[in-house]
Amino acid sequence: MIAIVNYGVGNLFSLASSLSAIGQTAVVTSNPDDLAKADRIILPGVGAFGDAAQKLSSSGLAKPLISEAHNGKPILGICLGMQLLFTKSYEFGEFDGLNLIPGEVRPIRDVIPGGLKIPQMGWNALHFTNPSGIYATTHEGEYVYFVHSYAAFCPPEYITATTNYGADLTASVQNGNIYGVQYHPEKSGNAGLEILRSFCGVKA
Amino acid sequence: MITKRIIPCLDVKDGRVVKGVNFKGLNDVNSPVELAKYYSSNGADELVFYDITASSDGRKIFTDILRETARNVFIPLTVGGGISSVNDFERVLSCGADKVSVNTGAIMNPSLIPEAAKLYGSQCVVISADVKRVDGEFHVFARGGRDDTGIEAVGWIRRCVDAGAGEVVLNSIDTDGVKQGFDIDMLKAVCGAVNVPVIASGGAGKIDDFITLFREVPGADAGLAASIFHFGEVSIADLKAAMNEANIPVRI
Repeated sequence: MIAIVNYGVGNLFSLASSLSAIGQTAVVTSNPDDLAKADRIILPGVGAFGDAAQKLSSSGLAKPLISEAHNGKPILGICLGMQLLFTKSYEFGEFDGLNLIPGEVRPIRDVIPGGLKIPQMGWNALHFTNPSGIYATTHEGEYVYFVHSYAAFCPPEYITATTNYGADLTASVQNGNIYGVQYHPEKSGNAGLEILRSFCGVKA
Repeated sequence: MITKRIIPCLDVKDGRVVKGVNFKGLNDVNSPVELAKYYSSNGADELVFYDITASSDGRKIFTDILRETARNVFIPLTVGGGISSVNDFERVLSCGADKVSVNTGAIMNPSLIPEAAKLYGSQCVVISADVKRVDGEFHVFARGGRDDTGIEAVGWIRRCVDAGAGEVVLNSIDTDGVKQGFDIDMLKAVCGAVNVPVIASGGAGKIDDFITLFREVPGADAGLAASIFHFGEVSIADLKAAMNEANIPVRI
């Protein structure tokens, strides 16, 4: 069973549907017991970092999530959920994340050339930098769907794929059993379903 | 490199896909869920669903169809039509929409865009503008292209973006249904005024019209069309192959 962490941020209907489309049993839950029972955990999220971090913490889900992470359970953060895995964010202030992957979240405007639209919205290609179990059946250059104005900046050993939007931006990360994707696999057609399927197959 | 998007638009009334020429003379083409699945598996980058139902019964059918589509189709889904309050945003987002487009609702209620952007984020709020030339000026039209609001369009679209809209669908009433190409001049004017994605709508009749669009208006991020896709006059696979051939970045 996969627990989709529901902490009041964003719409989880598509994510739950995409998991059932690949034959997985998923529960959308805000109950810490479900995080303990689940084989894997997905941390979704859209919106602003500070607000999301605060909701995750006040929902009582941050601590059980961190302890499941330390127990070695596979965890996948998606979009803002990926950004929350990092140490810190500078979106509208300075906020602490879950610190499961060393690094910080900063505006893409700091690194991309002027004139490019923000957010990056649309399909862009993945370029692999380190092997990751979530790409077991994904080929170099595969397109996935991005919507983001902020990106993760972290030591290169954690980056598993980048995407080029005037500059190379972090597309996905991994630190042991902790996985994160900046793009939306649940909105990336068959390529995205394959990535979710591979995450459901990674060993704890 | 980010790719240019190809977006089929499905106008839905009473549970069926319809497409009018110049907004008149609707005729049935297909089941929305089946058509959405077909487009998704044939290379569409995104889908737009417009609810053109007037009745509350029809609205219920529409949300049922939306939910069924989101259960089966895993590409971004923008929903518009009859969005006049944040409750309407909630209604369609909870059924699996990713973005919500506002048109007449934003004209009638200036606080709709800022309120929705605050609640759901700008990436979720799309301003869809029906625009037509009137006495040499671009005017915004309301109620499905029927009413001239007298509002100058480019400035109005920019104000909507400043208020929190994260994407623009520019539908030229002048070229819609004519199938002689997108409204390049109108698109240039709007792309020059905003720094968020702009989706071109109205006028596509053949593959070359998309090539011309992306060559002439580099700021255009996507091309939207309905009947040419619904009636098989242009296949998305052929269109994308031609774009690729023309060195326009495209997801194949």
